[in-house]
Parts: sequence; C-alpha cells; structure tokens
Amino acid sequence: MKPYAYVRARSVEEATAAHAARPGARYLAGGTNLVDLMKHGVETPETLVDVSRLPLDGIEELPDGALRIGATVRNSDLAAHPLVRDRHPVLSQALLAGASGQLRNIATTGGNLLQRTRCPYFQDTAKPCNKREPGTGCGARDGIHRDHAVLGHSPHCIATNPSDMAVALAALDATVHLYGPGGERTVPVTDFHRLPGDHPERDTVLEPGELITAVMLPARTAGLPSAYRKARDRASYAFALASVAAVLDVDDAGAVRHVGLAFGGLAHRPWRARLAETALLGAPPTEHAIAHAVDAELGLAQPLRDNAFKVPLARNLACRVLSELARR
Amino acid sequence: MSASHAAPAQAPTRSRVTLQVNGSPRTLTVDHRATLLDVLREDLGLTGAKKGCDHGQCGACTVLVDGRRANSCLLLAVAQDGTEIITVEGLAAGGELHPVQQAFLDRDAYQCGYCTPGQLCSAVGLFAEAAAGHPSYVTDPTRPSGQGPVELTAEEIRERMSGNLCRCGAYPNIVAAVEDVTR
Repeated sequence: MKPYAYVRARSVEEATAAHAARPGARYLAGGTNLVDLMKHGVETPETLVDVSRLPLDGIEELPDGALRIGATVRNSDLAAHPLVRDRHPVLSQALLAGASGQLRNIATTGGNLLQRTRCPYFQDTAKPCNKREPGTGCGARDGIHRDHAVLGHSPHCIATNPSDMAVALAALDATVHLYGPGGERTVPVTDFHRLPGDHPERDTVLEPGELITAVMLPARTAGLPSAYRKARDRASYAFALASVAAVLDVDDAGAVRHVGLAFGGLAHRPWRARLAETALLGAPPTEHAIAHAVDAELGLAQPLRDNAFKVPLARNLACRVLSELARR
Repeated sequence: MSASHAAPAQAPTRSRVTLQVNGSPRTLTVDHRATLLDVLREDLGLTGAKKGCDHGQCGACTVLVDGRRANSCLLLAVAQDGTEIITVEGLAAGGELHPVQQAFLDRDAYQCGYCTPGQLCSAVGLFAEAAAGHPSYVTDPTRPSGQGPVELTAEEIRERMSGNLCRCGAYPNIVAAVEDVTR
C-alpha cells in the first residue's frame, strides 16, 4: 500500500472542499469496504478525507412523518432504532441480514450504499475486470459466476450489488441526499445505483466529490406491512444469492393499494420489480396473482451458465414474502 | 475551509494519536496505513487480538471500541484518535477473570485458542447489545426495539456470534459458555 495523507473533516463543506483540493482523495467513513479494498490494491487513495465524525449521525422524524437518516448513522444503530423497527421493519431486517455484529457497529448508512461488488475478479488485481480497469474484459462472464447477475447485466459486467440495506430502501421509495461541488441534490435510491451498460466502472450516479449526507424514508411507506427475506449459502454472515424486500398495502375491499418489491443479489443495482408491481396493483393479492406478477418480472432474467438457479430461488422468495404480507 | 487546506506538495503520511487502551492513555505516531490491529500488536505489544484473515471476515481481531465490538483489522488507527479501546488483555479487571473468560475455561470452549480473544471480546459486546434491547436477524420482528433486554437463546447467540469463525469447530461449547454467562 502506498503512503497517503489523512484529513479529518469537521463539516460537510470542509469535507467536500478538502476532497476537491486533493487529487486522488477518497472519503473515509466506517471504512469496512474501503480499507479492505486498499489492502487488495483495488483502491489506491492519495488522501483520505475522514467524514466519520461529521454531525450526520442522527435519525430525525420530520413533521410529515418522514424519517431522515444521517449518512454516518451506524448500521447497527439504524437497525435497532425503535421507529425503524416499528414503521419500516423491512429495513431493520435487511440491515440485520447483512455482515456481522462487529461490522454493523462500524459500517455507516452512506458507506453501505457505496460498497463495491464482491465479484472475485473485481477484488483481484491480477484478473481482468472492466469495473476495476475499464477495457480489460470481464473475467467472470466465462469464469466463476455462480453468484453473479441474472438481470440487467451487460457484455462488459455481470457483477451484483452486495447491499441488503439498499434493497429495502428501494422497496421503501427512499431518497438519497447529496452535497457536492455543485450544491445539494436529491436522488431516488432506485436511480442512485446504475446498471453496468458500457460503463461498469460507475456503480452510482454520484459525481466526483459528492458526499451522501442523508437518506430519507418517506411517510407514505411508513407503517405499511413489510418484510425482507434472504437466501444465502450459510445461515448467517454471507452475501445474498437472492433476496427480496417487499412492502404491501391491501385496502378494505381486499385489493392491493400499494406495493413495493425489490430483489437483491440479482443485478448491478437493487432491482425494483415495476412489472410485478403494476400487475399486482388494484387486484386481490391471491397466490395466483402473486405468482403471475413475479413471473412477469423474472421473465426479464437472462441467466448465465452457472446461475440459472437464482431465478426460481428469487421467484419462491418473492411469492412467499408477498403471500405472507397479504395474509396480515 | 480555507485555501490553506489545499494539499501541500508533501502532505504528511503519519500522524500523532492518543488511544485509551485498557484504561491507559497511549500516545504515539502512526503511519496512516496502519490498522488499529497492527498498532495494538506491533507498537503496543498487545498480541491478544489476532490477525486471522485481515479482511474483516473471521473476527479474530475483535476488540471493543468505545464499548462496541469491532474488527480492528479494518479500522485505521489514525481515525481512532481519542477512542477507548478494550482488548482481551483488558477484560480481566483487577486480576479477576471476566465471567465469559471463566465460562470459556469451564466449558472448554476452544481447541487451538487462536480465535478465542476475538470470541471473548465479541461476547462482551453482544451482552451489551442484547441488554440494550437491540434485535438480531432471528429476533421476532414484531418485538419493539430497545424495550428491555433481548433474551439470549442459543439461536440468538449463534446468530450474534456469526462474525467469529472457529476453524477448530468449537462452536457448541462456545455457545454453551456464552449461555452460561446469561443465566
């Protein structure tokens, strides 16, 4: 690892100014992914701008019932927050399904959104990878890709987004608040992560030097029945092979009034299942209707040689979770 | 932030930090690349925390930072300035073993012992989290958070200790030892 400078920022403005002043600067929050990638030689910062002590560690309820989550709130604190646990159980469950107790005590909300894929070709500088080094090719496409994408991948990249939290945020219609050289802006979390296309090196729509300051959970999905379900190779402490976050609201007549459905482990970003949602809206969520809707979404899947198992796995997870929510 | 924060030609790559380690202030100059684990082991002679995977996957390096368990291999020492660190060497207050240390002895909750310091610190962190009512993945989702301690069943202990690997496979006795302390 080559030596680098270190700056501890005391305000958001100071952090973005320090980042702008130093080429090769990277923001450091919990560091659970960044420090690991530095050890692998994948990340080679010239300066670390430490944002972990910025005053962004609060969870605040707004007058309209929305919840504003500061970017440096630790994953464990977010999962345990009484309002999150009560009104957004899918988010608490997704956070607790990820990583370990130790890591959740370190990792932050903003950092969780910015964690990189765990594709082994991305993490190994001796291997080709268009995400790490554009133009070198994708080692996984014809290599080891059992854990890789079945939806939305491109000839250049078949990596998946590893976050559990982001899948829940996608189902909850959360927004991401950013501050950067161009000022403040807000992006729906479903637009925050990109599909790989021709530029797999870009995971998100974040501009250079932009900093995540908060994540907002809107009032309209607060208190609705919701759940997260994750399938993985061991019972705990493993990334998702496939996961499902669902929010389902049924009206007095028994018809679906609101549904948010997102898949994890299947694509380069949390996969919001808009086709399935459209099929479910306005009709009773019967077993048949749910299966029909989920099949419509997963009809878009283009599995690779060794990961076709993910399609029925994701289908069964989604059907089970939606059926359970429909019975509440 | 003023223009004086513009990067100098040769920005320093080392910084002076003070860590409260097992109750004592330790001030030293650290390379920015050094992890807390490396500083504990190499500079402060505290070799209890172990370097297992060095990638946050095994938990052998677990220590308590400001009372919370954390993987010291992923924490940069420079970023920990001013924090309170408890390592396995600091668990036995006044020469008396921590109850979880005694339980590990009583239950023979190890074989080679390499993962044990991390297991012990992780268990101490786990007790505080459960006492504060923090849920885990296996906690009933309808249980309100923060209202009274979470009961540490064997299932809860297995889930909450999943960040600590034991390649000897001493898990049954580790779970039993942790359970003993909760009784």
